[in-house]
Amino acid sequence: MYHTFILPDAEQVIREHGEKDFPDECVGFLYGTDSAGERIIRQAIPIKNSKEGDKRRRFEISPLDYMRAETYALTHQTTLLGVYHSHPQHPAIPSEHDLKQALPFFSYIILSVLDQKADIIRSWRLNEASHSFEEEPLAIYAAL
Amino acid sequence: MATLIIPTPLRKYTEDQATFSTGAITVNDAIQELTEIYPNIANHILDGNGKVRSFIKIFVGEDDIRSLDGGETVLEDNAVVSIVPAIAGGMSDMYQKIMLWR
Repeated sequence: MYHTFILPDAEQVIREHGEKDFPDECVGFLYGTDSAGERIIRQAIPIKNSKEGDKRRRFEISPLDYMRAETYALTHQTTLLGVYHSHPQHPAIPSEHDLKQALPFFSYIILSVLDQKADIIRSWRLNEASHSFEEEPLAIYAAL
Repeated sequence: MATLIIPTPLRKYTEDQATFSTGAITVNDAIQELTEIYPNIANHILDGNGKVRSFIKIFVGEDDIRSLDGGETVLEDNAVVSIVPAIAGGMSDMYQKIMLWR
């Protein structure tokens, strides 16, 4: 099982973004470190939902934004670890649309936003063998 | 030399290397060189005909090669080539129907 942690500030960015963009789906990138099976998400950066059409139930990241995200990671000595997005008015469970485009290695954090209030936040990772999502326990990282 | 940036989801196929340096003249040559050195990445970038898969975009600098000369785009010295996977998703159609019923 994977162990994934998130810094409180990064989690707060996701929650605030989900509430701000409600009833649309928000989306952003996750950065941090990944070593010896321990993943720490240190930064969440909001980006534009590039989906043309109904943003309330779909999100898309433009190729240009993705290219810039990988470049940002290289120039800031960090690693692009995944993507977060919100599910307005429905659970933080990946859908068939999330699975269709899912990539290995990435953490997919989903925030449920109910009546404009950030609710449950959960993280998922693709199991390549079964081509299904597995939940990865997400804990708040508290530096000692 | 040009530099290819490998997206993190594909780095398991490049022995965790984030970048790949190449003296290739064109984008196609650079990708061919990459897949020769790291054969396991080929299937994730190219289709059975050796063409870049539809859900992968290739950028040189900030330009999608489709707006340049495609795979024949010439790589100038210090060019940065990015391999960009598609990222999209959204809520389940099933939940969407439930919401409409409410």
